[in-house]
Amino acid sequence: MTPELGQLALILALLLALAQGILPLIGAWRSNRALMAVARPAAAGQAVFVAIAFGILVWAFVHFDFSVRYVADNSNLALPWYYRIAAVWGAHEGSLLLWIFILNVWTVALAAFSQKLPEVFASRVLAVMGLIAVGFLAFIIFTSDPFGRLLPMPGDGGDLNPVLQDPGMTFHPPVLYTGYVGFSVAFAFSIAALLGGELEQAWVRWARPWTNVAWAFLTCGIVAGSWWAYAELGWGGWWFWDPVENASFMPWLVGLALIHAQAVTEKRGSLRAWTILLSIFAFSLSLLGTFLVRSGVLTSVHAFASDPRRGVFILAFLTIVVGGSLLLYALRAPKVAGGKSFKLMSRETVLLIGNLMFAVAAAMVLLGTLFPLVGDALNMGRISVGPPYFGFLFPLLMLPVVLLLPFGPFLRWGKSDTPILKQVLLRAGIAAVACGIVAAFFVDGQPKAIAGVASLVWLGVGVALYAAKRWREMPRGRRYPAEMAGMLLAHLGVGVFVAGVLITESLSVTSDVRMAPGQTQHIAGYDFRFDGVHQTTGPNWRADQGVVTVTRGSDLVGVMHPQKRTYLRGQVQTESAVDAGLFRDLYVALGEPMDTANIEGAWSLRLYYKPFVRWIWGGGLLMMLGGFTCAADRRFRIKRIAESEVAEALLVQETHA
Amino acid sequence: MSRLLPFFGFMLLVALFGFGIWWNTGHDPQAIPSPLLNKPAPAFTLPKLYEPTVTVSKSDLLGKPYLLNVFASWCVECEVEHPVLQAETPTLGVLLVGYDYKDAPEDAKRWLFEHGNPYGLLIADQPGQTAIDFGVYGAPESFLIDGKGVIRYKHIGPLTADVVATELKPAIAAVLKESP
Repeated sequence: MTPELGQLALILALLLALAQGILPLIGAWRSNRALMAVARPAAAGQAVFVAIAFGILVWAFVHFDFSVRYVADNSNLALPWYYRIAAVWGAHEGSLLLWIFILNVWTVALAAFSQKLPEVFASRVLAVMGLIAVGFLAFIIFTSDPFGRLLPMPGDGGDLNPVLQDPGMTFHPPVLYTGYVGFSVAFAFSIAALLGGELEQAWVRWARPWTNVAWAFLTCGIVAGSWWAYAELGWGGWWFWDPVENASFMPWLVGLALIHAQAVTEKRGSLRAWTILLSIFAFSLSLLGTFLVRSGVLTSVHAFASDPRRGVFILAFLTIVVGGSLLLYALRAPKVAGGKSFKLMSRETVLLIGNLMFAVAAAMVLLGTLFPLVGDALNMGRISVGPPYFGFLFPLLMLPVVLLLPFGPFLRWGKSDTPILKQVLLRAGIAAVACGIVAAFFVDGQPKAIAGVASLVWLGVGVALYAAKRWREMPRGRRYPAEMAGMLLAHLGVGVFVAGVLITESLSVTSDVRMAPGQTQHIAGYDFRFDGVHQTTGPNWRADQGVVTVTRGSDLVGVMHPQKRTYLRGQVQTESAVDAGLFRDLYVALGEPMDTANIEGAWSLRLYYKPFVRWIWGGGLLMMLGGFTCAADRRFRIKRIAESEVAEALLVQETHA
Repeated sequence: MSRLLPFFGFMLLVALFGFGIWWNTGHDPQAIPSPLLNKPAPAFTLPKLYEPTVTVSKSDLLGKPYLLNVFASWCVECEVEHPVLQAETPTLGVLLVGYDYKDAPEDAKRWLFEHGNPYGLLIADQPGQTAIDFGVYGAPESFLIDGKGVIRYKHIGPLTADVVATELKPAIAAVLKESP
C-alpha cells in the first residue's frame, strides 16, 4: 500500500508544479497579484509531496520491501543499512527522484530568500523552477516509476552495484546533483529577466550567490567522484575523461565562466547578453548530462541502464527547455551592447579571455564526448577519442588562464595602468623561476614537475601579493570582504591543483609485480613486504585480503590490507589499500593469484607511489571553499526596497554610467 | 540574426541526439562493408606488448586462423566488450590476438591487469601506422583472419554476446571447416 502512496504523492506534486509553473506567469503578465501569490505555497506543497515520495522509497529500502521492483533490483537482506539508503540513488529511477527532491530543496530556499525581491520578478523565477519540475516529474511518472511492483515478491533482492558500495559513493551523487540542479536557479533568473524585458542588471546581483553556491557544490561533487574513482577503481587514476565525468565537467566549466561573467555584468553592466547565454548553457549542460547518462546514446562505465523511450522523453524535454530559452534569448536579449566601456588593459579584458577559454574548453569536451555519436552519424563507426585528445587540448587551453590569473585582481575596471602589472610579473615571475630551479634538483629534472612547482609559486605569490596590497592600503575591517577572500582562496586552489596534477603525473612510480609471501619490493625509498593473502568476510562479501608491510629504512610506515572482494551475487571488486599523506600516497592493489588453487602462494600486485596526489583534491576543495565564501558576502544580502526605489536607484545608476 | 546562432547550434545537437536514439534502436554498427573483406590482410610487423624487443609479423601467424581484436586502454567501448571476450574466448576455437592501438604500453598493461587478459598474444601499435593499413576506424574492432592470411570477417564496435553467437562463431566455424 505505501509504495502506491509514493506514486500518488508524485502525481500530486506534478499537479502543484503545474500550478507553480503556469499561474504565476499569467499573474506576472496580467499584473494579477492573486495569481502571483500562488507560486510560494505551490512550491512548498510540491516539496512536501516529493519529500513524502522520497521518504517512502527510503522506508521501502530500510524495511526490505522487495515487492517494489526497484528495491528488489538494488538491495538484498545482507546489505548494511547505510548502503541501503545510498541504494535509493544507486540506479536510474531513484537517482531521478533524488534529482527532483534536490530541485525542490533549491526551490524552497529560493522561495524563502526571495521575499524581498520585486514581486513580479520573484514569481517569474519561481514559475520557471516550477516548469522545470513539471518536466522531471512527468519524466519519472511516465517512464521511470520507482514504485513499480514486482509480483510475486521475491524472498531476497539482487544487489547494489558493488562499485557503489563505498563511503565516497554515498554522498557523491547528492552533492553533485545539488550542484547540477543549482544552476537551474541562475537559469530561472535569466529567463525571468528575459521575460520581463529587464533592462537593468540588478537581477544579476541577486543571482550571483546562488550561482556561486551551486558551482561550489558541483566542485565538491566532482572532487568526491574523483577521489572515489581513485580509491575504488584500483588503477590509481583520478580522472578518466569518461563521458559521464565529462557530463559533470562541462557545466562546471561553463559555471566557472558564468561566475566571472556575472561579476562583470553586476559591477559594470557589460557582457549582459553573454551572462544570460552562459546561464542558459550552464543549466542546459546539466540537462544534457542527464540525457547522456540516461538515454543510452553513449556507452560509459557508469551509465544507467538505457531505454529508448526515456531517451526520446529527455530529448523532447531538452528541446523544449533549451530550444525555448535560446529562442527567447534571440528575441529578448538586450539589443545594444550596454555597460561601461573598457580599454584593452582592464579587468574586463582578462575576465573575458578567461571566459572564452572556459567556454572553448567546454565546447572541446562536448565535441570529444559526442565523438562516438558523430562517428555513427557520418558512418565511420563508433570511435572513442579518449585521453589522447583531452589530455592534449585541455592543458593547452588552460595555460593562458594560469598565466593571466595573478594579474586579474590587480587590474582595475575599465582602464588600468601598467607599472603595477610589471611589478607583479617581476616578483611572481622571479619567485616562480627561482623555485623551479631549486625544485629541478629534487625532481630529477622532470619538466612537468618543475612546471608544477613553478605554477604553484606563480599563482601563490600572485595571491599573496594582492592580499598584501589590500592589507597595506585598506583600513581594518574592509580589507577582505567575503567576495574577495573567496576569490583569493579559489585562485590559490588553482595553484594547489595544478601543482598536484603535474607533480603526480611526472613523479608517480608504478610497479606491477609478482610477489611470493616474504618477498620485498623497493619503490621510491619504501620497502613493500608481501606477507601473504588470507580470507576474510564482511557483511555481504568475502574477500582475499593481502597483507603488505611498508617500511622506510628501519621505520614502520604502515600495514596495508588490499582486498579482492566477491559480493553475494558474484561481482568481483578490488578494494585498494591507500596509505594517505600530505606529500605522498602509497597505494596497493591486489591482482590475481599466480595459482588460483593456492591463494596463499604468490600473487600479482600493483604498487604505487604517488607524490602530492592529495593536492589535486585539496586544490578542488579550496576552490569549493572559495565559492561558498564568495556567496556569503554581505553585499549580496538583499535589502528590502520598494519597487519605486529600485527604479530610482537604477535611474541614478544609468545617469552615472 | 546572430542572436539566433545558439539556437541553431543547439538544434543541430538535437538532430544528432535524435539520430543517436534512432540508430541505437534500429541499427548495429557492424553494417559497414569493408573493402578488405575477403582480401589478404595487410602485412605487418609489430612488437609484442610484454616483450617490446620481440616482433610478430603476419607471416609468423600464417597457418592457423586467428581473431585480431583492436583495443586500447583509453577506449570506453572496449570496457563494454571486454567481459564478453573474457567469457567467450575459451570457446572460440581460434587464437585471440590483442592489438593494442595508439596506447602507452604502461597504460595498456595496467588496463589488462585491471580487467583481465583474455589474449593469447598481445601486439602493440603505439604510433598507429599499421592500423591505417587495416582500415581501423577506432577501437574496438575485430578481424577474423584465416590460415592463409585472408580477412574473413570484420566487426566494428564492441563484440556483444549476441554478435559473437550469431555472426562471429558461424564465421569461425566456416573458416575452421576449410582448414582444420
